[in-house]
Amino acid sequence: MPYTLTVNGQTKTVDVPGDMPLLWVVRDVLNLKGTKFGCGIGQCGACTVHLRGRAVRSCQTPVSMAANATITTIEGLSPDGTHPLQVAWQEIDVPQCGYCQAGQIMSAAALLQTTPKPNEDDIDRAMSGNVCRCGTYLRIKEAIQKAASMPPRPIQTAQR
Amino acid sequence: MTTMLNRRGFLKVTALAGGGMLVATYIDPVTGLFAQGPQGPQASFVPNAFVKITADNVVTIISKNPEIGQGIKTALPMIIAEELGVPWERVRIEQADLDQTKYGPQNAGGSTATPINWDPLRRVGASLRAMFVAAAAQEWGVPAADLRTTGNASVTHLASNRTATYGQLAARAATMTPPDMATVPLKAPADYTIIGQHKGGVDNAAIVTGKPTFGIDLTLPNMLWAVYEKSPVFGGKVATENLAHIRTLPGVRHAFVVEGTSDTRGLMPGIAIVADSWWQAQSARRQLKVTWNDIPATAGQGSKLWAQRAQELKAEKPAFPLRVDGNADQALAGAARVVEASYDYPFLSHAPLEPQNATAWYRDGKMEIWAPTQTPQAGRQLVSTALGIPQENITIHIQRAGGGFGRRLTNDYMGEACAIARQIGVPVKVLWTREDDMKHDHYRPGGFHHLKAGVDASGALVAWKNHFISYGDNARGVQGFTNSGNINGVEFPARFVPNFDFQATLLPLGVPTGALRAPRSHAFSWVFQSFLDELADAAGKDPIEFRLAILSGQAMPPPAEGADGFDASRMRGVLELIREKSGWGTRRLAPGRALGVGFQYSHRGYFANVAEVSVDRNNAVTVHKVWVAGDIGSQIVNMSAATNQGQGAVIEGMSHLMNWEITVDGGKVVQSNFHQYQPTRMNQAPPEIEVHFLKTSNPPTGLGEPALPPTLPAIANAIAKATGKRVRTLPLSKAGYRWA
Repeated sequence: MPYTLTVNGQTKTVDVPGDMPLLWVVRDVLNLKGTKFGCGIGQCGACTVHLRGRAVRSCQTPVSMAANATITTIEGLSPDGTHPLQVAWQEIDVPQCGYCQAGQIMSAAALLQTTPKPNEDDIDRAMSGNVCRCGTYLRIKEAIQKAASMPPRPIQTAQR
Repeated sequence: MTTMLNRRGFLKVTALAGGGMLVATYIDPVTGLFAQGPQGPQASFVPNAFVKITADNVVTIISKNPEIGQGIKTALPMIIAEELGVPWERVRIEQADLDQTKYGPQNAGGSTATPINWDPLRRVGASLRAMFVAAAAQEWGVPAADLRTTGNASVTHLASNRTATYGQLAARAATMTPPDMATVPLKAPADYTIIGQHKGGVDNAAIVTGKPTFGIDLTLPNMLWAVYEKSPVFGGKVATENLAHIRTLPGVRHAFVVEGTSDTRGLMPGIAIVADSWWQAQSARRQLKVTWNDIPATAGQGSKLWAQRAQELKAEKPAFPLRVDGNADQALAGAARVVEASYDYPFLSHAPLEPQNATAWYRDGKMEIWAPTQTPQAGRQLVSTALGIPQENITIHIQRAGGGFGRRLTNDYMGEACAIARQIGVPVKVLWTREDDMKHDHYRPGGFHHLKAGVDASGALVAWKNHFISYGDNARGVQGFTNSGNINGVEFPARFVPNFDFQATLLPLGVPTGALRAPRSHAFSWVFQSFLDELADAAGKDPIEFRLAILSGQAMPPPAEGADGFDASRMRGVLELIREKSGWGTRRLAPGRALGVGFQYSHRGYFANVAEVSVDRNNAVTVHKVWVAGDIGSQIVNMSAATNQGQGAVIEGMSHLMNWEITVDGGKVVQSNFHQYQPTRMNQAPPEIEVHFLKTSNPPTGLGEPALPPTLPAIANAIAKATGKRVRTLPLSKAGYRWA
């Protein structure tokens, strides 16, 4: 059945089964490939997106739960890749394989929305649901702290 | 134009329309590096670099090897750019397709890319730079010796204040006679401005903005999606199915049985369900009812049986020797202290975060493939053999891989995509679930070591016996080990113990196995370096002193063949460095904390780690800090990636140590997803991991693997020190330990 979603500032109507996970709607119906499939059971965090401003695992979110809601994916975090986290991630050269990093950044972005100056415990709590198989955790932490020291910026949704 | 330089190398230069040039270079490694390494020299005269310089002064370097997170797509071009003298920011990188005739070997594995390419790629850059200088000299009618390059992709004549960019000179440079690549002057390391610096990965911008970057992200027009169901017992064939029903489900276009092959690391028998979307294919799969004709011998196997057999074998004579020196039994009888212990470790899954996938399109008798893979050529061979398609009709586009760790050394998923594509004739992407991946991996094989060793009255290690129980076929002896279950008879402490008795017995195995990052070494390092600590205790020696004494002893000569190139002085170097950096024995530790050490030689790299650990009353373990010291030669190519790899290796090693275990029951793998196979998480990772490199006058070697192994014994030894209890079975969670 049709569901209306506001994804990265744009209203989209998708005609899919209500139990279809938001992950697959975003990736394969809306063709936004930045959100990743890692485990399908909410254990790895690679599929993290913002639903009504909160970080959720899109593989565990039926599209019916996202009806008429605002959704932000990594593609919508900033119009031009200049969200402080995206800048800090590159300055610190966080990624190894890079596959988990969109999910990491989305979890971190939700953290900074509620806790603009997180301490190490705040970061551990917010980020320990996101697996980095390559083990870039120390740089992720460093990048979050670096981004937190930059001028704060609300999530400016990309137009796409 | 092809210019033959000498027997070692030549350049192929092609002038591009509009005044640019394209250079393909062919050069052999000049050093004797591979004389001592386990891998032989590469075939002669395969090109190792492609560089394109256009008239607008844009320098494009083709990256030929698969990028799996090891940073090769950044590191190899850095080497060329340094000697060529171009600003790193101006370099563009393009990923090559598979074409080993054109590019030479294109693999990611064995930490080989740096040692293979370090010398030739510098000579490529330096030779090209010399050609631009020669072109400028000709154009301006001045001696080449009066010209300078300053790393700005240009040539300057100071006396006349003239400067020309490489782009402006490219058309003329393409007509120059290249210098002798074997003798072309190279930069002094002190003058490096790119090599040894911190350079971010070339795909970082795409990664942090969510651009389609990985194999899973690739789509083609009219592409369908497929899932592939295989027998949970490896190699079973389809007996009965309900595909008539599956074909009626929403979105399903095709559902059929694939005969497959008997190669359990290749195209296995299974059922393909093809639908308009992956979610539809996967939803249909949930209604699949299938029974399998399993192979009875395989179906009867399991972890409990193997552990029981390994225990029984302790009392039995080993099947075949790996190395014997002196007389270990006699020396043990005369030893002042004897320690006996059995260690064992389980099978492991690789679990790269991007599930296996491949996209294939079969048309006009030709197969075109897009896949993340560490060994594209092996993938082509697999598809050719399994489906009877000539290799020349198979094209492979190498995709960035969301992790490799050795899993993508085998290309079974590529075979599945192609088997389906050939049947349906439209583009199709096969995508595995995490459960598919965990239950159909090519696992790091488990192993058992029955050890007995003795020290004399002075505390010196005088005897070492090991009955190693692995998997494979006893009748074939050292050739009979399952893939990656083998060991080299000279693995340390071989050659450093006068009475050494190392023998093996193999258990039959129907589970496919394969290499996991730092294959074999990570497990041996945990066993041998843990047991060394037990011996140091028995000898009343400090663990580092005990190790240094062994490494300083008279070593037996390496065998003429199968030598591993182990240089004890380099290992002493990193041990001494890690002792200093960690404040070992000189620093007052916080109450409840202990230090542990471990070292390992693997993939030509020398690494020693120290871990600082505390353990609470409930066996919750905190790793406060890890120090890593590595000797991988005279130069680190990219300091940023090197540090990142060193830290990541520690965090992966923690997963091996505490939580990871694949068990087999009735021939089937029990674990299905991360909830039963927990990787180290951020809150468990040590807040600090210091990575130090000891620069020695040896050629630079690889880093993806050798930093991992010593993590396991370093933490295990620290836990034993903190608790007074030694755990000899991995993972530690089985003994009630967990991360705090």
